[in-house]
Amino acid sequence: MRVALVDCPIDVSSLISEVSDDSCGAASVFLGCVRNVNDGRAVTGIEYSAYRSMAEREMNAIVREAAERFGVSRLIIEHRLGALGLGDVSVAIVAAHPHRAPALDAMRFAIEQLKRRVPIWKLELYVDGTREWVGSGIRNRESGVEAPDVVATRIQ
Amino acid sequence: MHTGRAGFILSETMTVTVLLFASYADALGKSAIELDVAPGSTVRDILGTLLAMPGGDRLPPRPLVAVNREYASAATTLQGGEEVAVIPPVAGG
Repeated sequence: MRVALVDCPIDVSSLISEVSDDSCGAASVFLGCVRNVNDGRAVTGIEYSAYRSMAEREMNAIVREAAERFGVSRLIIEHRLGALGLGDVSVAIVAAHPHRAPALDAMRFAIEQLKRRVPIWKLELYVDGTREWVGSGIRNRESGVEAPDVVATRIQ
Repeated sequence: MHTGRAGFILSETMTVTVLLFASYADALGKSAIELDVAPGSTVRDILGTLLAMPGGDRLPPRPLVAVNREYASAATTLQGGEEVAVIPPVAGG
């Protein structure tokens, strides 16, 4: 089990080699990539930032929980930070196991938990030169209404 | 206990470090604030102070908070010396 926040491109094939051995009949890989459009706006790139020490702590908790739930101890989460271009891999999750079901389940669990609780943020850059924090939770000055996604992502 | 310049005894306070990230750092124009607060202060008290600062009106009334890198409730009592992080909606992946 290993987690990392990295500032350079993620080498997926080396992660697969690292996490697997001859006992593994399955290796499951999830890659998150920078998409060229979000909410109908043309995107040119994303700048990722994090509360590094807490993000590492949460990612370590996720791999421990995956081991307990699915018996998958061969699991790596790497998330890249900094300025990424279209198509760049922002996150890689690789799970290996003798059988496919635990490998797939652990991979899915890890990405869903990461998106829910690991303190990482995206600053999206658009073709028109503007930029915006994704799901920022910032109140609209005019209405003072809290954005719905703030409620959805709040952890009690 | 601190002694003021004129020799008066000042009431004791404790210091917490408040960290702001992403959109919240932009709203308040800074990413870290040292706050002197009364002993027994809670996370809710810290948030009240932040929301009253310039730009604080742009934060949601009950943002996510972590104390020493663990998610914490508004009722959490602080001892002093903690790292209190105000966490915008996360967007990793």
